[in-house]
Amino acid sequence: MSVVSNGLPSAQEIVGPTPGQRLRRRIFGHRGIVLGGLILSVIVLMAVLAPLLAPYDPYAQILTARIKPPVWYPGGTWEHVLGTDQVGRDYLSRLIYGAQISLLIGLFAAALSGVIGTAMGVAAGYFGGRVDLVVTFLITCRLSLPVILVSLAVVAVIGGSLEVVILVLGLLLWDRYAVVMRASTLQVRSLDFVAAAQAVGCSTWRILVSEILPNVMNQLIVVATLEFAHAVLLEAALSFLGLGVQPPLPSWGLMIAEGRNYILFDAWLIAIPGIALFTLLLAVNLLGDGVRDVTAPENRG
Amino acid sequence: MLVYAAKRVVLAILVALTISMLVFSLLYLSGDPATALAGESATGDDIEKLRAAYGFDRPVWVQYLSWLGKAAQGEFGNSLYFRMPVSELILDRLPTTMTLGVTAMTFAVTLSIPLGVLAAMYPNSLIDRTALFLAVVGQAMPSFWLALMLIVLFAFTWPVLPASGSDSWRHFVLPTVVLGYYATPAFMRLTRTGMLDVLSSDYIRTARAKGLRPASVLFKHALRNAIIPVVSLAAVQFGFMLGGSVIIETVFALHGAGFLAWESISRSDFPTVQAILLVFSLLYIVLTFVADLLNAWLDPRIRVG
Repeated sequence: MSVVSNGLPSAQEIVGPTPGQRLRRRIFGHRGIVLGGLILSVIVLMAVLAPLLAPYDPYAQILTARIKPPVWYPGGTWEHVLGTDQVGRDYLSRLIYGAQISLLIGLFAAALSGVIGTAMGVAAGYFGGRVDLVVTFLITCRLSLPVILVSLAVVAVIGGSLEVVILVLGLLLWDRYAVVMRASTLQVRSLDFVAAAQAVGCSTWRILVSEILPNVMNQLIVVATLEFAHAVLLEAALSFLGLGVQPPLPSWGLMIAEGRNYILFDAWLIAIPGIALFTLLLAVNLLGDGVRDVTAPENRG
Repeated sequence: MLVYAAKRVVLAILVALTISMLVFSLLYLSGDPATALAGESATGDDIEKLRAAYGFDRPVWVQYLSWLGKAAQGEFGNSLYFRMPVSELILDRLPTTMTLGVTAMTFAVTLSIPLGVLAAMYPNSLIDRTALFLAVVGQAMPSFWLALMLIVLFAFTWPVLPASGSDSWRHFVLPTVVLGYYATPAFMRLTRTGMLDVLSSDYIRTARAKGLRPASVLFKHALRNAIIPVVSLAAVQFGFMLGGSVIIETVFALHGAGFLAWESISRSDFPTVQAILLVFSLLYIVLTFVADLLNAWLDPRIRVG
């Protein structure tokens, strides 16, 4: 005897989708997340597989083949699909390797500032009182300093390199983490399960790590994507101004700076790395907005 | 209100003092300020002379206090490059940056507030989606790249505007658009959210039920309340624009304080860099202070709470 033939709904229909299924459905039904995720995956793959994908060595200069236009311009060849730069390096290869730099900077700077900002914000929100006063004061001070000017000055003094840029940005971009984590922790700490954990005698550390943190994770992820994009953008700007990652590294910002002298006749030298940068930032922003929509639809702005 | 204002003044002063310490310590990042000032080609003898001349042989806190005392009187020493007082240099350049800031802010506000209001009036409509699209694109657009692309378009391909310089109002058009566009998404999102909140509130329903004209409900009742958070944001965004001016003025060779900052950083002109950093930070502190007071005045809940 078949269960379905008696006209009663199946068990699956009565129980409905599990929370996990519902979350997956919302994630994959969200256009921003799907599009952003797809683009970001492509860029990550590009960065990871750079040695396999890049047709040339990104540092190899062919001085006889300088500023060859991309294939769709008159004079362009399939030999160098995106052309070559002012010292004859294959532009496509540099673009592919450039993804590594942007992603590295975004990842490590967002992680470093995330650790600093989350520690400050959660401490301020959980302990309140003097701790909160100090943290709020530090946030106010940090916000008063123009990030771009401070990082330019610091990089100028200690010298530019990938590590320095990561460190400087990581030490500067914690403000939004601290603000958001403080507010979220304030909300969570007054909930019953925190009081229950306190009553059972859990240590403060344990409450912070296993009660508070998991419940502010959604907001943390949203801020992390924003700061990832922020760090990528700032690195490009710093490198563009000559005080970020140093040549001959194929940073997209640096490529734009190096193409600037040829803006009049070979604007594609600037357009191509700029489009790459824009695409990466767009993908990360779409992903961040999507995560916020899915986890907290009421915060949509 | 007075108590609130007094508290905010104390906070602003404390923040300013902390910032001044950070700005001062910038010179010590390299380890030895005399070596940093002297540059790479200096001999040991030159460095010793500099050390004595600038008083780097004194204890650090004495140096800080004397620097702070002079800075409070607008005395930042001489620029190492221009050989003239830094204060004169900054006063000469700051008006350009301020003009750019004000025009960019005006551009951002006139573009984003109507868009935000329209988006909130017709949620999920074509205009809402267009506004959202503009915001998403705007946030992902690197401003220096947008600047270069606009130069290609409007200075070379279709030569209607100058690519660089600061001689006439036409030199300000492209920088204004770039710097203003950078602030537009934030304003638009905030206006939209604020309007959506207010439009669904009870007093708007009451106003509509009374039969007031829709325009009157929208502008007199709704917008006035929705706009309050925009005031705070405007102060914050103006501060960000000061930072952004470093990039934009450099791209357009606009002779403002931002361009001066970049030039001075490249030339290791530390007194000028410190002074500009301090001035930009102080401007931000003053602006947010004024915005806080304005907010408290507009919204009584803030000054009581």
